[in-house]
Amino acid sequence: MRFLFKTDYEDDIRLFPHSGYIVSYGVLLALLAIAPFVLSSYIVSQLVFVCIYATVGVGLMILTGFTGQASLGHAAFLAIGAYTAAYLQQFNVPFPVYFLAAGLLTGVVGALVGFPALRLQGIYLVIATISFAFIVEEIMARWESVTHGNEGMRVKTMTLFGTVVSRDGPAFYFLCVGVLILTIVGTLNLLRSPTGRAFVAIRDSETAARSMGINVSLYKVKSFAISAAITGFAGVLFAHKLSFISPEMFTLQLSIEFIIVILIGGTFSLHGAVLGAIFLVMIDPFLTYLKDDMPGIIAGVAATFGAGKSAADAIQNNVAAFASANGLKGAIYGIIIVLFVLFEPLGLYGRWLKIKLFFQLFPLYKRATFKRQKIYVKSERNR
Amino acid sequence: MLDFVQQLVSGIALGCVYGLIALGFVLVYKATEVVNFAQGDLMMLGGFFAYTFIAMLGLNYWVGFAGAVIAMALFGMLAERVVVRPILGYPQFSIIMATIGLGYFLRSVVGMIWGTDDFKIETPFSQGVLRIGSLVLAYDKLSVIAATVILCALLYLFFNRTTLGTAMRASSENMLAAYYMGIPVKRVVSIVWAISAAVATCAGVLLAPITFIHSNVGLVLGLKAFPAAVLGGFGSIPGAVVGGVMIGVIESMAGFYLPQGWKDVAPYIVLLVVLLLKPEGLFGVHTRKKV
Repeated sequence: MRFLFKTDYEDDIRLFPHSGYIVSYGVLLALLAIAPFVLSSYIVSQLVFVCIYATVGVGLMILTGFTGQASLGHAAFLAIGAYTAAYLQQFNVPFPVYFLAAGLLTGVVGALVGFPALRLQGIYLVIATISFAFIVEEIMARWESVTHGNEGMRVKTMTLFGTVVSRDGPAFYFLCVGVLILTIVGTLNLLRSPTGRAFVAIRDSETAARSMGINVSLYKVKSFAISAAITGFAGVLFAHKLSFISPEMFTLQLSIEFIIVILIGGTFSLHGAVLGAIFLVMIDPFLTYLKDDMPGIIAGVAATFGAGKSAADAIQNNVAAFASANGLKGAIYGIIIVLFVLFEPLGLYGRWLKIKLFFQLFPLYKRATFKRQKIYVKSERNR
Repeated sequence: MLDFVQQLVSGIALGCVYGLIALGFVLVYKATEVVNFAQGDLMMLGGFFAYTFIAMLGLNYWVGFAGAVIAMALFGMLAERVVVRPILGYPQFSIIMATIGLGYFLRSVVGMIWGTDDFKIETPFSQGVLRIGSLVLAYDKLSVIAATVILCALLYLFFNRTTLGTAMRASSENMLAAYYMGIPVKRVVSIVWAISAAVATCAGVLLAPITFIHSNVGLVLGLKAFPAAVLGGFGSIPGAVVGGVMIGVIESMAGFYLPQGWKDVAPYIVLLVVLLLKPEGLFGVHTRKKV
């Protein structure tokens, strides 16, 4: 096990605490760089979605994970980013300009949402953000002169510095990866700055933060604005990837998916946003696999264990019917959420930390290190 | 004028359904500080149980209704035992997510078992109208209003007059202290879930003749019931019903008098305004913040 001795503040806030970080992230970067040339185009396309979801996840992580303000309305911010891009594109505005404009506009809207949210906590905040998302969705559907209503809007292929960037090509993939990396590095820098520390202080105890002289309202609004702006950037990429946007894409379902991303990944670290996005986006290929290959495999296994030909066929048909049943994806989502909340509250990244610590401390690891504390005493109403 | 009264009555009937779902939220919240996002889906499942008993098995309406209520009360206890009890005492957000997951699961499983079509239950009130002068009131809407008033009164008395109700209020204030006082907190919580699932079933069955039962009805109506519960101040039983009725009337009036599109948004705009001006709701108790 490696021990890090921190001798000054610079050591404490270093982005790469030791050389191992540089090696492992360097390898990851190299793998990402060669990915579009070795993987199938379907997987690369899924990777683009992973990047977009992870970017939103990072944005949501700032708000929910680090400032402690829950939001079930991030689909609305994504929608605002996407529609800004699609609208400005009609006037031949170049990509960098409308990309920044989308982020700026979403950030302003986020701040505007943040102001009313100052007075709300817990469940009330969740409900208020849901209402906000509904209202935005309805505006998208009704403001036909700008958004073309329920017909939706077509998003033209992106041209960046004179070259056409196709939504399926490697260039778009690199753009998305780049945006994700910039977002993550920016967020890491934010988190080691006074602003980020104020966010964390507010999450841990609002009262304590206030008594330390932190302007809680200001930082909450800032957190909303930054989180929304990042989601807006992701919205532009989302619009380009889908090449068509309409109001029914940005429903509560999508907001819940974003929450699932950070919940599954682990709501305490940026790693969580990326891991959660990988998990969520890769459910689709997994389900396709389940539909195509699983029936045959299970029937084959049954046949090896002495099932007759007709029995094996029956099993194959049953499994196929189950795997292609209509609501399977929803049921899997539901089970995954419940299982993670019950058994893996720290998410995938928490599990990784546990495994790492297990090997580092080998015979001495104890489960209680990661045990959550239950609080039965206080009623949240009086908090 | 007649149009207005007609809209008012149908708004009140719709609002009573919201109110019944909101009652379920409030019951669970009052007793355990848990907000159950799957409440609407419990209602939907109750409706499907009733459909199975009445339309598929051909039982008498009242027998089927009672059967569905009992079955759902048991299901509520099961859901509490499996999903909620292990995480009681953890931050509210985890519990909200768990109930959202439960809702997802119920919706898809119901879709897989019963299919995604619209279903209708024949009730004794499906036909026939009450005429007062030139005013026409359908029995199915009146039945919803009557049932809501009765249920609300019963639950209010239950919470304020019975020992069990007092125990529920005590465990909501301070679970640990209630446990030390000899209240079986776990059993109390499980009874609360049973009651709230039963109330949700009543809503589902009464709703069946008005809007049909389908696997997504819980999500749609459950999300409308939130504004109702917040408007009434999330911890008050009469407040939930009054909030529900207000939301129903607002929605119905907005659908009639305002341009298209306002109908769906109006409840949420009202909700946001209420949250801004009076976050504790109309009937909520204002609590002082303790450090």
